[in-house]
Amino acid sequence: MSSVQIRDVRKSFGNFEVLHGVSIPIEDGEFVVLVGPSGCGKSTLLRMLAGLENITSGTISIGDRVVNNVQPKERDIAMVFQNYALYPHMTVADNMGFSLKLRGARADEISNGVKRAAEILALTPLLDRYPRQLSGGQRQRVAMGRAIVRDPQVFLFDEPLSNLDAKLRVAMRTEIKELHQRLRTTTVYVTHDQIEAMTMADKIVVMHDGVVEQMGTPLELYDTPANQFVAGFIGSPAMNFLKGKVKSNGSAGFEGPNGVKLPLASAPANSDGQPAVYGVRPEHFTIADDGAEAEIVVVEPTGSETQVFAKLGGEQVVAVFRERHQFNPGDKIRLKPDPTLVHLFDETTGKRLNA
Amino acid sequence: MVDIALEPKAARRPIREATRWDLLRANRNWLGFWFMLPAMAFLILFLAYPLGLGVWISFTDARIGRPGHFIGTENYEWLWDDSIFWLSVFNTLLYTTIASAIKFAIGLYLALLLNENMPFKAMLRALVLIPFIVPTVLSALAFWWIFDSQFSIISWSLKQMGLITENINFLGDVTWARICVIFANIWRGVPFVAITLLAGLQTVSPSLYEAATLDGATSWQRFRFITYPLLTPIIAVVMTFSVLFTFTDFQLIWAMTRGGPVNATHLMATLSYQRAIIGGTLGEGAAISNAMIPFLLAAIMVSWFGLQRRKWQQGENND
Repeated sequence: MSSVQIRDVRKSFGNFEVLHGVSIPIEDGEFVVLVGPSGCGKSTLLRMLAGLENITSGTISIGDRVVNNVQPKERDIAMVFQNYALYPHMTVADNMGFSLKLRGARADEISNGVKRAAEILALTPLLDRYPRQLSGGQRQRVAMGRAIVRDPQVFLFDEPLSNLDAKLRVAMRTEIKELHQRLRTTTVYVTHDQIEAMTMADKIVVMHDGVVEQMGTPLELYDTPANQFVAGFIGSPAMNFLKGKVKSNGSAGFEGPNGVKLPLASAPANSDGQPAVYGVRPEHFTIADDGAEAEIVVVEPTGSETQVFAKLGGEQVVAVFRERHQFNPGDKIRLKPDPTLVHLFDETTGKRLNA
Repeated sequence: MVDIALEPKAARRPIREATRWDLLRANRNWLGFWFMLPAMAFLILFLAYPLGLGVWISFTDARIGRPGHFIGTENYEWLWDDSIFWLSVFNTLLYTTIASAIKFAIGLYLALLLNENMPFKAMLRALVLIPFIVPTVLSALAFWWIFDSQFSIISWSLKQMGLITENINFLGDVTWARICVIFANIWRGVPFVAITLLAGLQTVSPSLYEAATLDGATSWQRFRFITYPLLTPIIAVVMTFSVLFTFTDFQLIWAMTRGGPVNATHLMATLSYQRAIIGGTLGEGAAISNAMIPFLLAAIMVSWFGLQRRKWQQGENND
């Protein structure tokens, strides 16, 4: 186990720069999730960490050692691939023991290592099977087993759950998190799924177009997104954004689309009339008499909660209620955002304006 | 509503029992039979019938222009004591073994090379195919000139460099002649092996190599433990075909040496042709041809067992 330091790393393919100076400190034993939409450079960064892509500039160090020019096999890392990359002609046991075999370990060392990892992952009855004979979830576990056997300094996961069906994905998510809590190995996990990021990470790194948008614990990112991109990316259903102007003459407020009045706890200094984006999470709406009038478009009950899509000042917003209201499409309701929990972003830069 | 919906149904035609003809028409095996018929007719007419005829002729004393009489195994007994026939068997085995082994080695090397990322990859891949698309007889004629006793470009070049003083008698010397025809066969056969193995290599997922790299494999270990095992099924197919083609080779030899010098390059196929068509003894020629069958069957058996699906290829795919 060891820490990982990524310092001002850039990556270009030809003249095309995909990573524009990324710095991420990763502590020993930390579970870090790199999350972002496709093409944001998160997988490239992971592959650079593994040594499968070279580093155009900047440094990556594992422990105290700069590994820019260290061969992948010398880096002491293990990676779980999206398609698992299991060797089809080897049994589960051979797949898991392959790295030990290459290292020249004795036969009993290999079988002990494999056995230990197989027990952790409940793979013992499958050791003699071939990858073809396994289900998706079992293959996923074998791929993790192969990583565990190595007892590496760092685990790398490259979208490991995206080939699984929804139910299995949730189960494996828990399993990976549990495994990390047990082994405490530094882990870097790449995904495009913000729910995976939120549920698993000690620290989330949100990436977009080759830069880090924000870094922090899941709840930090959720509660105080640094910009509109992070605000929209983290959370499901996504945050509602309403364009308008800040009002700070007298009491603070916000004038939304078509003059809708929205509450604001406090306005940033010297911001009267400043155009801005008002962000409110779906669960921070309440029904109140002094709320803004909205017309219900669609009601989607999920059992534990109800998602309501409504027109607010001509813009579609979504609100989530845990209590059961009797709503029908076409009903007029009064939606009131919780003023202490709303977010304000700069209209052009997208930067967060309120504290 | 129910009544309204049901009423027009009563007016429908009564349901007819399916006749045997209806069942036959819907039978997929019956349809399959008709689809197979053209291929079957082709195979019977051009493969099974000539083969049967060849076997029959080998038991007769047929000559060109004269239908033969049944003479039992006399042709085979004759061949058993014919040293030229045994020489041709030896030549064929030598030719097949050496040429196939070298074709495999060079083909695999080229395939691995062409699978790497390198400039002009598409053009190089196309270039490799050239020997394969040139008609065999034309390339044989070209080799005939290259190895000519007087005008050989090789002899000329070596003389210009001062390495030799006399022309090498490539096709007139027993050893040289064998080397030359084997060389020509290799030149012609390598593209098939290389391109087929390349196709096999491209089915290996790159992430397997990445996983192996991270597992600590050197490039030799990646070949030894990943590439080679995953390629074995396709190697078995390619080499079976390569061996069959080489064993039955006729064109190259006939165009370059006609079996000479002193029968040193006579293969079973060329000897059969010489005895049956040039010499006119159809029965004996047919017997020589038939003598190839056990060897070819043996080669097919080897590949049949080699091609049995390996355990890792079997099993359920639960995706």
